[in-house]
Formats: sequence, C-alpha cells, structure tokens
Amino acid sequence: MTAKTITVARDLLASNKLAAAAIRQELRGRGILGVNLLSSPGSGKTTLLETLADRFRGRFRMAVIEGDIETERDAERIRSKGVPAWQITTGGACHLEARMIGQVLGDVPAEIDFLFIENVGNLVCPASYDLGEDLRLVLLSSPEGDDKPAKYPQAFLSADALVLTKADLLPYLPFDPARAAAEAQAIKPGLAVFTVSAIRGEGIDGLAGYLVGALERLRSGLA
Amino acid sequence: MHELSLVASVFEVLEDEARRHGAAKVTRVVLKVGVMSGVVPELLLSAFDMYKKGTLAETARLEIVPVPVKLRCPGCGGEAVREDTDFSCAGCGSRRVEIVEGRDLFVETVDLET
Repeated sequence: MTAKTITVARDLLASNKLAAAAIRQELRGRGILGVNLLSSPGSGKTTLLETLADRFRGRFRMAVIEGDIETERDAERIRSKGVPAWQITTGGACHLEARMIGQVLGDVPAEIDFLFIENVGNLVCPASYDLGEDLRLVLLSSPEGDDKPAKYPQAFLSADALVLTKADLLPYLPFDPARAAAEAQAIKPGLAVFTVSAIRGEGIDGLAGYLVGALERLRSGLA
Repeated sequence: MHELSLVASVFEVLEDEARRHGAAKVTRVVLKVGVMSGVVPELLLSAFDMYKKGTLAETARLEIVPVPVKLRCPGCGGEAVREDTDFSCAGCGSRRVEIVEGRDLFVETVDLET
C-alpha cells in the first residue's frame, strides 16, 4: 500500500462557470441582455420587475426567470403583466445555478430585449454563482438598514449596480441612502446606484435608462 | 449555506482523481477557500464529515487553507493582500483595483492510497 499526494488544483465551481459561459454566449448571440437580481427576501425584486414591465411596455420586450424555494407565485405576478415568465423552484436550494437557467433558456423567445433572472431571496449564496448574465443588480430596501453592504460584502462586490428600494418609506426610517451607497462603493468602486420607489415609480426612469444603455452597449459590441 | 452541495462537487473531484490514479482510498484533502468565496469553513468541515461515510474517503481528513483577498492595481502595478473590505491599493491608494485571489474554491491536493 502506497500513499501519495496529488496536486489537482481543481475549481469547485468549474462546471457552473462553464454552463454560465455558454449561457452568456447564447444570450449575447441573440442580442439579449441578461440581468441577475440579487437581494434578501422581501426587498422588492418582483415589485421592481412589475414596475419595469409597465415602464417597458410597447418599447422593449422582456422575459423573467423566477427562482424561489417553493411556489409559482412570483411567475404568476409577472405573467399577469403580460410578460412571459418561468418559475424555477429549487426545493430548498439557497441559490440558482447556471445549469437551471440553461434548462429553460430554450423556451425563452428569441425576440426579447431583456431576460431578467430573479434569484432566490438570499444576500449570501447567489453571489457565488455566475448565471451567464451581463448585468448583476443587487437590491437593498430601506427597512433592511443602510449598514448591510459591509456585512454582506460578496453580494455587493459581485454587482454592477445597487438599487436602493422602498424609497417611499425613507421618511419613516433611519436609512441613509448616501451612507448605503458609500459603503457599497467602498467595496465595489464604480458601482452604479439608483434610489427607487417601485410602487410610486420614483427613480425608475434612471434605472430603466441604465438598463437600456447596457442593452445598447451589448448590441453595439455585436457588430 | 450551500456547503453540502459544494462537498458533493469535492467528491466528484475525489472519485475522478482516484479513478485516474487507480487509487482505492482518499486519506487527505486540502481545499483552498477564498475568504470572499461566501463559504463558511466550519460548515464545509461538518458537511464533509457527514458526506464521507461509506465513500472512498471515509477516513479522510479535510484541511482548509484560507486564501486572503489579494488585490492588483492596474494603475501602479502593485499587488497586496488585504485583510479588511477596504479594497484600495496599498501603494497608491487607487480604488480601481482588481481582486486576483480570495474569491475562489479549489481542491488543491488529495492524498491517495493505492
């Protein structure tokens, strides 16, 4: 019996990274901007998507992949806006993986502009999994507190933009949007920040413009 | 909180390496865990001990080597390890830095018995 130490240096997330790269290539090839939404449960991801569906109606076409542990509720809310939606129920898993997105990608209509992926509500685990998106939004709602970026650095580090939601509640809460933005930008320099109230529509124009700008950059890169 | 599914990926690597080297048993595994990987080492250790029963790594010991965040500054070319989440260049103070280490999860080495 002989024992030996083998150096393997194998990446544990290699299979997810491969699947994500294939999705990114397919979405870019179809001229679709993939957007991954990360946040704690109850930060307003679905409500923000409902508001964006209203804002984009008649101008841009979108589709949504919903990730939740259980129920079709979020996909039903999105479909009631006339937007195609697929529900992935993870049955307990704390995040979406690229392979799960790959399984529904074939059903996504080719002629859309935006594919939004609403991750499982969790500010920790989804940060580690690339889903093949070109843009990652992290949402932080005013009731959660402005001290969260430094507590959950991975999520903010991995994001392209921070959306501070439920701005309509700011008069009642000690949440300081400038402090939240500064803390997040200390972790991720250049992070874009939007303060919105999805139910009142405030700040949505700025966010929608940012998404359209990213879509145009993606498409101009295709030429 | 997905440490058990990561451990399942570790075992795919172990089975593959054991087959490749004609080994019957894995006695030690060294994992490199980035401090910004979002993984809790203690949970990985307990998930590994739970998972290994009845496998080729039943008696294996898991060792976790934490990998700190290492930044590279494209401005001044400096590289430095950073202990906190203030991700700025230690040399020139620039905030435009790249994280080159500390976010990944790697199986570094495995000890095999043939």
